[in-house]
Amino acid sequence: MATVETRSLTKRFDGGNAVDGISLAVREAEFLVLLGPSGSGKTTLLRLIAGLEAPTSGDILVGGRVVTGLPPRAHNMAMVFQSYALYPHLSVAGNIAFPLQAQRMPREAIARKVSWAAALFGIGHLLARKPRQLSGGERQRVALARAVVRDPVAFLLDEPLSNLDAKLRTSAREELQQLQRRLAATTIYVTHDQIEALALGDRVAILDHGRVHQIGTPQQVYEHPADTFVATFIGSPPMNLVDTDAVVTGFRPEHFLPRGVYGDDEMLEPFPFHVTRIENLGSDRLVYGLLEPPLPPAKVISRIPCTVTFPLETGARYPFVVRHADLRRFDPRSGASVSAAPSGRPA
Amino acid sequence: MSARSSAALAPQAGDWHVLEGERWLGALMLAPALIYIALLLGFPFLLSIYYSLSDITVGSRAMHFVGLENFRRIVQTPTFWRSLGNALVFTLVSQALVVILAKILALALLRDFRGKWLVRLLILLPWVAPISLGSIGWLWIFDPVYSIINWTLRALGLLGPNTWPVWLGQPDLAMASVILVDVWRLLPLATVIILAGLHGIPQDIHDAAAMDGAGFWRHLFRINIPLVMPIMLVALLFGIVFTLTDMIIIFVLTRGGPYDTTQVLASLAFFTGIQGGDLAEGAAISLFLFPLLVAVVALLLTVANRAEVA
Repeated sequence: MATVETRSLTKRFDGGNAVDGISLAVREAEFLVLLGPSGSGKTTLLRLIAGLEAPTSGDILVGGRVVTGLPPRAHNMAMVFQSYALYPHLSVAGNIAFPLQAQRMPREAIARKVSWAAALFGIGHLLARKPRQLSGGERQRVALARAVVRDPVAFLLDEPLSNLDAKLRTSAREELQQLQRRLAATTIYVTHDQIEALALGDRVAILDHGRVHQIGTPQQVYEHPADTFVATFIGSPPMNLVDTDAVVTGFRPEHFLPRGVYGDDEMLEPFPFHVTRIENLGSDRLVYGLLEPPLPPAKVISRIPCTVTFPLETGARYPFVVRHADLRRFDPRSGASVSAAPSGRPA
Repeated sequence: MSARSSAALAPQAGDWHVLEGERWLGALMLAPALIYIALLLGFPFLLSIYYSLSDITVGSRAMHFVGLENFRRIVQTPTFWRSLGNALVFTLVSQALVVILAKILALALLRDFRGKWLVRLLILLPWVAPISLGSIGWLWIFDPVYSIINWTLRALGLLGPNTWPVWLGQPDLAMASVILVDVWRLLPLATVIILAGLHGIPQDIHDAAAMDGAGFWRHLFRINIPLVMPIMLVALLFGIVFTLTDMIIIFVLTRGGPYDTTQVLASLAFFTGIQGGDLAEGAAISLFLFPLLVAVVALLLTVANRAEVA
């Protein structure tokens, strides 16, 4: 396993820059997640790192060595595709053995490695089957086995869980993380699912329009978003943003609570709140409404856990508050964070 | 469509009636194809079986049943065996060339480059041109006196002063020439079919092979060719059927000569039955192709089916 680094990596397509001067460094054995909406350039970035696309400018370094412009083989990374891209005419064993055969590994060594990888993913009984005879979860395991079998310098995963049903996805997520830890594999993982990103990543890079908005631990990007894009992209429902004089104030829905919830010794900012709609989700109540004067009439959301049984009525007005420590400030023009926060800007 | 949906809405009301209507409509729509096949393929086929068991000739109206006499006579003539051998050589060599060249062309056309549409158009031209016109063009190219090939070779200094190949007059060259024209003729269809097959392979598969470290040849022989194999076999099937049954190229270029060295079953049947007037024997010769073609079709469809399921 090795470090993977990009320096001012740019990929220009007809319409503009799909990847726009991205510099990031993935540490050895790190699990880095590239998170962004569709069209953010995350998959293009992954393909550039893999060597499947040639960058317009910039460099890719693997273990400190420049591999820009070299074919994928020279990058020596393994990739798991969203579609799994299993070879339909080869058996499961043939699929897993393929990268080893390409390395001209001796036959006995291949057989040994294939059964090792198959055992790792519990697909030893499927080796003679063809991909079409497998379920979605089994196909995903075959794709992973094919990736790990040849000791690549890094794993590139392109939304590998998105074709699984919700229940399977949760267990696959857990297995994937355990496996990554066990193999100490440098991993770059592309997803548009923020829960997946926050759950899996050692660090998360949030991309939009070909640029990295923030790289940080899941906690950093959630608690101290670098700008308003990250603030609203991460979190569901997103961070509330209120335009007050010359500054944008942000606060998470779960920090925006009735006055009575907090003790008297807390430093609190008052937000008079007019409730327009209440959704009861069982574990939480989502309360929608508008802020009242003297604040501008911004639409905001409060998420109140079911453990807080404060009575609320649609149409009524309540004194809501946010702790000072939970308030974030952003520049209204650039959207960049102006809060004093632990460094979370792009590396 | 409206009849269907109304039937679905009111299943009890006019079910029987609508079904009848659909049945009639279906039959009506199939009728042109069925009539065409029956009149132009079925009837002549049955007629040729009937003729092959008789002693009919073009000149006489008398006709007697002679059993398998025609077939017995045919298999005793060396010309028939030579024609059968020629047909096999002609078909197998030309189709082997077609499949290999078409695969290369299709791979080249899969990539994007400037002027690709023009290259595609040029490649398709031989298929669009009438087969007889194309063959006549080749007849001039192979002309014993004016052959553009010979003059070009001489101008380039590749042809010595005492060599002057007569393309259609020397046995080996004649066979090579008709094979060349057949390849020229069938290459476009095979290319287009294989190109369609190549387009059907998802890009992810190619990317995965590249990530797995497969070089050009491994990619070609382990991924590319196996995945287009079912479609390549369809192209081959068409090519074999077209070539085995075609006689226009040979009729225009060599008329089976020199000394029957390019005579194939289709042309022999024509020369014997139509030009020689022996309808019965001509019919018998042409029927020899039938089991051969059935065998080829059955074999290739089985292989294609297996390749697809596998």
